Amino acid sequence: MQSSVRPSLGLLKQVGLFLLLSSTAMAVEDVVSFSDESLRPRYQQLLQELRCPKCQNQNLADSNSAISQDLRAEVQRLLEQDLSDTEIKDYLKNRYSEFILYRPEVNRATWFLWAAPVVLVVLGGLIMLRLSRAKKLGDSQEADIPVRSADQQQRLDKLLNSPKQGTD
Amino acid sequence: MNRLTLFIPFALCLALGTFLFFSLGKDPLDLPSALVGEPFPDFALEELHQPERQVSTDDFDSQVLLVNVWATWCFACRIEHPWLNSLAKDGVVIVGLNYKDHRKLAQDWLQERGDPYQFSIFDPRGVLGIDLGVYGAPETYLVDAEGIVRHRRVGVVDERVWNEEFRDLYQQLVDEANAE
Repeated sequence: MQSSVRPSLGLLKQVGLFLLLSSTAMAVEDVVSFSDESLRPRYQQLLQELRCPKCQNQNLADSNSAISQDLRAEVQRLLEQDLSDTEIKDYLKNRYSEFILYRPEVNRATWFLWAAPVVLVVLGGLIMLRLSRAKKLGDSQEADIPVRSADQQQRLDKLLNSPKQGTD
Repeated sequence: MNRLTLFIPFALCLALGTFLFFSLGKDPLDLPSALVGEPFPDFALEELHQPERQVSTDDFDSQVLLVNVWATWCFACRIEHPWLNSLAKDGVVIVGLNYKDHRKLAQDWLQERGDPYQFSIFDPRGVLGIDLGVYGAPETYLVDAEGIVRHRRVGVVDERVWNEEFRDLYQQLVDEANAE
């Protein structure tokens, strides 16, 4: 059994590796040439941050749909026209709505999205603080104040020590 | 008081559940449009049938009209086409935007299926498409007499969509234009 499983696992790894490598290879976009090579890193960065409008879980760098190809060409064109990154994003935002930005701006519709992590961490911290305080308080109370009165203790001992009656 | 606080997680879950439940029915492909309320972007492109003629927003002629983005490679456009024909017959002005297509193929297509368009903008490289934020054909824009985009539909406009999304607004815009 074992011997038949092992080679196939190896194969699986190889296939996995192949898929991994080939998918990253495919993500590389068309061959682009710039008048100034310093534009290339900005181009790559923009493609990472802009979303393909047609294929919603991919950015422009990943997607090979026709619209992504067009938009990549458009980004390149705008870069060559000396527009800043912000200007390029605004240009596309004015056409494709804010949806095209993978990192949405803070505004009325998105403030909650941005604030939620901070709010949740603070809220969680407060709750934890309160709980631990309550526990500490509980612990110290336990040490100082007898939980049961002498009378109660007596009754308890009596119950515990009495022979079993099989009531359950 | 203390007992009530125990219900806070429950209330939160209920709120989240309700929110997620109602989000279920939403179409994730229905993107917000950046163009509604904005003027139709300027363009200067060739007419599909008359390459020597340049068309622009001036050719909209201050009419209330539909701009329909279509292409021969777009399958849903075939489904949509008969309804556009019947709208045109009823007097609705429709301008075609032939998007990333070949002139000859597009001309043949209209010859075969009927041409509902008052004129057709020929945009083989999709430049006007990018200015409009087109991400797939068919798309239909309702433009008022001032040249402002008033409604946008991504996807097929058939009788049902027309009645639900366009008809009343179209009628209202036409009435407003006539009143002036």
